[in-house]
Amino acid sequence: MIEYWLQAASTYAGDIDFVIELVAVIVGFWFFLTVGIFFWLIFAHRVSRSPRAEYLTGDEEQPKKFITWAHMLVLVCDVFIVWAAVQVWYEVKQELPLENGGQPQVVRVISQQWAWSFVHPGADGVLDTADDIRSVDELHIEVNRLYHYELSSKDVLHSFSVPVFRLKQDAIPGRVIRGWFEATQTGSYDIQCAEICGIGHALMPARIVIETPEQHAAWLAGHSPTQLAAR
Amino acid sequence: MPESAPAPTHEAAHHEPENWVLKYLWSTDHKVIAMQYLVTGVFMALIGGFFAYAFRMQLAFPGAEVPGYGLVSPSDYNALVTNHGTIMIFWVAMPVLVAAFGNFLIPLMVGCDDMVFPKINRLSFQVFFLSAVVLLASFFVEGGAFGGAWTAYPPLSAVGEYSLTPLGSTLWLVAVALEFVAFLLGGINFITTAMNSRAPGMRLYDIPIVVWMIVIASVLFMLSVGPLIAGAIMLFMDQQVGTGFFDPARGGDPILWQHLFWFFGHPEVYVVLLPALGITAEIICIFSRKKLFAYRTILYTVFATGILSFTVWAHHQFIAGIDPRMAHIFTITTLLISVPIAEMCFVYIATLYKGSITLNTPMLWGLAFIFEFLIGGVTGIFLGASGADIYFHDTYFVLAHFHYTFFPIAIIGTYAGITLWFPKMFGKMLNDRLGKIHFWGTIIPFNLIFIPLFFLGGLGQHRRIYDYVHFPELMRENVLFGLGMQDLRVLATVSLLVMLAFQVVFFVNVYLSLKNGPRAGRNPWKATTLEWLTPSPPPHGNFAELPTVYRGAYEYSHPDRQEDYWPQWEPEFGPGAGRG
Ligand code: HEM
Ligand SMILES: [Cu+2]
Ligand SMILES: [Cu+2]
Repeated sequence: MIEYWLQAASTYAGDIDFVIELVAVIVGFWFFLTVGIFFWLIFAHRVSRSPRAEYLTGDEEQPKKFITWAHMLVLVCDVFIVWAAVQVWYEVKQELPLENGGQPQVVRVISQQWAWSFVHPGADGVLDTADDIRSVDELHIEVNRLYHYELSSKDVLHSFSVPVFRLKQDAIPGRVIRGWFEATQTGSYDIQCAEICGIGHALMPARIVIETPEQHAAWLAGHSPTQLAAR
Repeated sequence: MPESAPAPTHEAAHHEPENWVLKYLWSTDHKVIAMQYLVTGVFMALIGGFFAYAFRMQLAFPGAEVPGYGLVSPSDYNALVTNHGTIMIFWVAMPVLVAAFGNFLIPLMVGCDDMVFPKINRLSFQVFFLSAVVLLASFFVEGGAFGGAWTAYPPLSAVGEYSLTPLGSTLWLVAVALEFVAFLLGGINFITTAMNSRAPGMRLYDIPIVVWMIVIASVLFMLSVGPLIAGAIMLFMDQQVGTGFFDPARGGDPILWQHLFWFFGHPEVYVVLLPALGITAEIICIFSRKKLFAYRTILYTVFATGILSFTVWAHHQFIAGIDPRMAHIFTITTLLISVPIAEMCFVYIATLYKGSITLNTPMLWGLAFIFEFLIGGVTGIFLGASGADIYFHDTYFVLAHFHYTFFPIAIIGTYAGITLWFPKMFGKMLNDRLGKIHFWGTIIPFNLIFIPLFFLGGLGQHRRIYDYVHFPELMRENVLFGLGMQDLRVLATVSLLVMLAFQVVFFVNVYLSLKNGPRAGRNPWKATTLEWLTPSPPPHGNFAELPTVYRGAYEYSHPDRQEDYWPQWEPEFGPGAGRG
């Protein structure tokens, strides 16, 4: 439903969309049922058709039964929603998957008033080496590859939001928050700041550029500080 | 009551002050204080609405000069949004729903002459008024008003270099703290008066539901606000003394503020919701001529909701960097709260069953409250489900969701209450035709403002951003029926303009009614609760003779009676009358 309007470009985007759709179906059912009954009652018992109301306390068996049943059913629906939500949450936020046996790629995402900067591990795939690539407002990653991110902030709260991934995580000064994503299609997409961070909050757009392995290797080579220095 | 007086009527004991200042500005009469709160609240609503107008214009026509305001700079935008939210909740919903209706209704509905502590009551309004002045003053200090959102998360709110509003932030905080003091003072009266000053014969279960709702709301407020006051003191110290309670570099933690804020903030939603629910209940009973369906069930449901509301706060912080395992617990508690709320909706709707429904203005507002609040309720489930909230958090989906709860509460609930009790407050009837024009002119645009915003949020549009041009994904064309995203923003703004224009109808209606509207009489709606026993408007001291209560609050269409209502104050007669 949602990918019809906004592409889904991460492995878990579909799962998050599934929770949203499940909730939509369940609450949609309740909403239309309740509203249907509501309008029907208003129509059926308007004063011209029903000049005198009936005296009901609400403690009679017959009407009370409907209420009791209805809220038991609501509880059952809640269980389904919790089940779906908790599973997806666990997948996206709680557990950090590892690339089959090996180390995942790690990128650093650093927020500050009012820009994003990113640290990519250069061709060696390891951070904190001489060939790390720093960039501002552009994060380059490889498609179909597992990434861990290390999110931090230099001043106030910010929030790292990539709508096509359905991913969002607040950044907190003094802390490094780890999370993960794996892109499923190439392209260039918006990164937004989703937590108000001062007067430049609207001026923190960044892009995430998802590349094929070849493109990515070429980008790395073109920006590697060691190679640039050697030239 | 002084027994020595020649004719010891109740009125004699209460000398109405002659002096205009003493009567209207320095009064301890609960009805006058109610009016003070109401007028201040409506005035602040106009300011909050004007702010919404200014920033919605900026969103629809970025960079254009807004008529009546001027250019909206990024810092203006933040200040307008922040103070719009703060004002609408703390200076509109709270004073109108809790304080104005609480003050006006509680003594009248429980049948006594005034609040238990009239001077505390007066002090409450004075502190409240001061708080409003401080808030508005913050727009005129150097650096301008605070723009760090109504949630005021540190470090942004704590450090002047980050917010660029060192004075504005502090004034904002002081204003909010003063407002809390005012409502703590007011709450004392609401609770004690309803519990101790009831007319003879009125048992706990005979209290009208709206009084219960305001009492429970005051209890929730008192229980939840303590931690936030502590937090506000710490934030004040961080701002002005340079302590580091919320500064990680000095061993503090910004997330702590979020816990304190939302531990209060979530129950606060119920604090304003409950009075609106109560008003709706009164209206539905009166205009469907029905006894409130399962009075006790509603009451227990409200208690349950109140208790549960203290256990859900961190659903505002799912992605804030709290331990991810906590999200599971708060998802469960949040979804649990849907059970009593759903039950409440069902019970209200069940009250309509086999009623005799008249669709006049107050009833339309009451029914609209249920319908619109239902939309707010069901969309909240998306946000309570942790997995889905990863995507929706801080988008316009959230914004539209909570406006579908707050707008029904603060605006629909207020109009419902005013149209219902206007005859009692002023002794004149409002014009029903104008009332209906105003109703439809508010409800239809309201939905046209916020339905597009749901959609924009679903597309990933985030909050508190003054211009979306920098985000290609948020400037797409042709997303819905050929409309682009910017078209949807324009639609929302134009709907707002239409809605604001229709508010004039309401003020015209009030003016015409006060000037030459028909007289109301004591009980124009043929209602059962005690406020309808007094003359309209009620005199100083309320009741000529304190009433005695013979039955529950909602004896409509009783089979033993010819009349379809049986007031609480009427002595019993006839077969099977009263409680026996
Ligand atoms: C008169 C109609 C209203 C309109 C058109 C409106 C519109 C808006 C919009 C567009 C925003 C978000 C701006 C942004 O994030 O960039 C907003 C924020 C907000 N509104 Fe309203 N609103 C209205 C009435 C209300 C009412 C009645 C309440 C509450 C009683 C309310 C409470 C809030 C709050 C708490 C915020 C959040 C402020 C923040 O982000 O710090 N609004 N409103
Ligand atoms: Cu930011
Ligand atoms: Cu930001």
